[in-house]
Amino acid sequence: MNISNSIVEKAADATAKVTPISVVRRVRGLSDRAIAWLFIAPAIVLLLAINIFPLIWAIYLSFTNYRANRPNAAVEGVGLRNYERVLTDPDIWQAMQTTAHFVFWTIVLQTVIGFTLAYLIDRKFRGHAFWTTVILIPMMLSPAVVGNFWRFLYEPQIGLFAYAVSWLSGIPTSDIRMLGDVSLAPWAIIIVDTWMWTPYVMLICLAGLRSIPDYIYEAAEVDRASAWRQFWSITVPMALPFIMLAVLFRGIENFKMFDMVTLLTGGGPGSVTEVASITLKRAAFESWATGRASAFAIVLFVAVFGLANIYVKALNKVKQR
Amino acid sequence: MQKKSKALLGLASALMLSSALPNLAIADELTLCWAAWDPANALVELSKDFTAKTGTTVKFEFVPWTSYADRFLNELNSHGKLCDLIIGDSQWIGGSAENGHYVKLNDFFDKEGIKMDDFVPATVVGYSEWPKNTPNYWALPAMGDVVGWTYRKDWFERPELKKEFKEKYGWDLAAPKTYDQLKQIAEFFQKREIDGKTVYGASIYTERGSEGITMGVTNVLYDWGFQYDNPKKPYEMEGFVNSPDAVKGLEFYKSLFDCCTPPGSSNVYMVESADAFKSGQVAMQMNFAFTWPGLYKDEKVGGDRIGFFPNPAEKAHFAQLGGQGISVVSYSDKKDAALEYIKWFAQPDVQAKWWELGGFSCLNSVVNAPGFAGSQPYAQAFLDSMAIVKDFWAEPSYASLLQAMQKRVHNYVVAGNGTAQEALDGLVKDWTQVFEDDGKI
Repeated sequence: MNISNSIVEKAADATAKVTPISVVRRVRGLSDRAIAWLFIAPAIVLLLAINIFPLIWAIYLSFTNYRANRPNAAVEGVGLRNYERVLTDPDIWQAMQTTAHFVFWTIVLQTVIGFTLAYLIDRKFRGHAFWTTVILIPMMLSPAVVGNFWRFLYEPQIGLFAYAVSWLSGIPTSDIRMLGDVSLAPWAIIIVDTWMWTPYVMLICLAGLRSIPDYIYEAAEVDRASAWRQFWSITVPMALPFIMLAVLFRGIENFKMFDMVTLLTGGGPGSVTEVASITLKRAAFESWATGRASAFAIVLFVAVFGLANIYVKALNKVKQR
Repeated sequence: MQKKSKALLGLASALMLSSALPNLAIADELTLCWAAWDPANALVELSKDFTAKTGTTVKFEFVPWTSYADRFLNELNSHGKLCDLIIGDSQWIGGSAENGHYVKLNDFFDKEGIKMDDFVPATVVGYSEWPKNTPNYWALPAMGDVVGWTYRKDWFERPELKKEFKEKYGWDLAAPKTYDQLKQIAEFFQKREIDGKTVYGASIYTERGSEGITMGVTNVLYDWGFQYDNPKKPYEMEGFVNSPDAVKGLEFYKSLFDCCTPPGSSNVYMVESADAFKSGQVAMQMNFAFTWPGLYKDEKVGGDRIGFFPNPAEKAHFAQLGGQGISVVSYSDKKDAALEYIKWFAQPDVQAKWWELGGFSCLNSVVNAPGFAGSQPYAQAFLDSMAIVKDFWAEPSYASLLQAMQKRVHNYVVAGNGTAQEALDGLVKDWTQVFEDDGKI
């Protein structure tokens, strides 16, 4: 018998003697499943309290005329009127279109640039670790800092961006009004979001590229497959689940885009950059139309949840191939 | 033995007193909530006198303008006890009165002999009354404020510019009296080279996110004839909000934005406008009067270089009211001490010092005092401006009304979408919906 084991057993016996028998029996009588539930229960309670309950409460509020700034007023049920208002409001449809525009272009640009960067970094050239760190810096900054930083860069009179564009194109800097021009302002935000979050897509793509075993490329080399053929037949298909995962994460994040738009344009000029989250915030916390805002939030939730589910199914199919 | 007992008793009393004193100090502490800006600093200085007189410490909770409404309306809506006193925006009065956030002050004013007749009438209506024009008081007028203009007096006085201006427009280059004159001056300075630097005509409010463009454009709309509703039938807006005159006013504001503002002026409010002036970019600047003391002290553009004028006139003569009243928060545990502060603040000598320190008093005895107009270079412009004020809706749903105006006006003026008529027609539609939701129409 191992001496140390005997000491542990003695200590365990001593502890058992000190612990009241009923408790010991009670715990010992529990099945593994019950003990597992015992450990998971606090997390589930927390999840119910901070995720599920607010969701159910928001669903309830969406059928009422409740206003959070008038807590003493009687709360009345309004049936589906809030949903009807939300779904027939041209401003909300406009905000949804603006959001879709942002989501589409930021995903396209971030995926293409992120994958390209990952592909280049994966070549493991001299100094690639340094350049990887440099590329990751924007992602590590606070959105508040990034927003203010780019607001100055976009300044027509003193901004470096306007100066650079003017130098390249010959257009006077005073005419390069990135944040004040209706056609340029959406692109100004897309550029900033792409600058900030492309490194994130790059990281995920890099993980995908690094997961491809070298022997597959070696076999392709033996078969004399061209570099282009290797890229299309090995690299892209095998990295595709990772790329799709990055698209999913960025899509969900950009659907909720708020901080960057608020900092750069405040939704303007006019309403061309007013995304759904800003419209929702204004309805909920400025107009205090809590019932209607809840209905809008539920509509957004269903849209994101539904699209994400369809997407995850497609992702699983790709993984199974 | 007896001596020993007395000594022990004394020691025990001293210990009890010393432990009780900090509690007393905590009980006598008030928290005052306001925006973080220059007048708030003046109030900190002024409140030292209150502490010296009463022993009550005043703590301050100042929040930047950008989050002022969000922060404190959330605090009031959640019945928070953070603020004992609040200097809330004029538009909050309706909602705060109807939702029970503020203590009604009528009985207190009667008891303490504080008369609303002693204050500038427009500030009483704007900052204290709800419903408007009824003797129901929820605040004491605290900080008078109004939109007005500053201009580069040193540029206006240059002989070569004066001569060129006179030849071009046929009148002397001076502070404008009408909006047409203001536009001519702005056009004259737009993209002009002064001291080797390109300068621009005027900085005006265009901010989209909170209330900026509304606070700017209303100055012009009022003067052209815009009215919030039919004076004879409340909430009837058709033909008043979107009257032909109001449409012309909005078109003028857009023309001013298009012709005469610095590049990149699509999101300008108080800070950006003051910055444009301080950095020597513009000849004229639209801004609330609270910025004037700071600008006058500025080393580069202040002193003899700066001039002040009230909002110009057109068909009518109005200016957008700013400013706030001071209220006691009904959820405070220290209402008596808070009322004591208001009583102290209402005193004429305190109000006089308030003006001296950089606050804008609303007390008649201060602003009508013989030497007032000459007491500061901007005092006359402030007096003239306060005589012509008009305020935005102070309805409980003012935020929804404001959001609608921000969107419609910005869409037309800055984004250049649609016509002025369409913008104001749309505004009538939005505001009608808000009042229908509120059951007012």
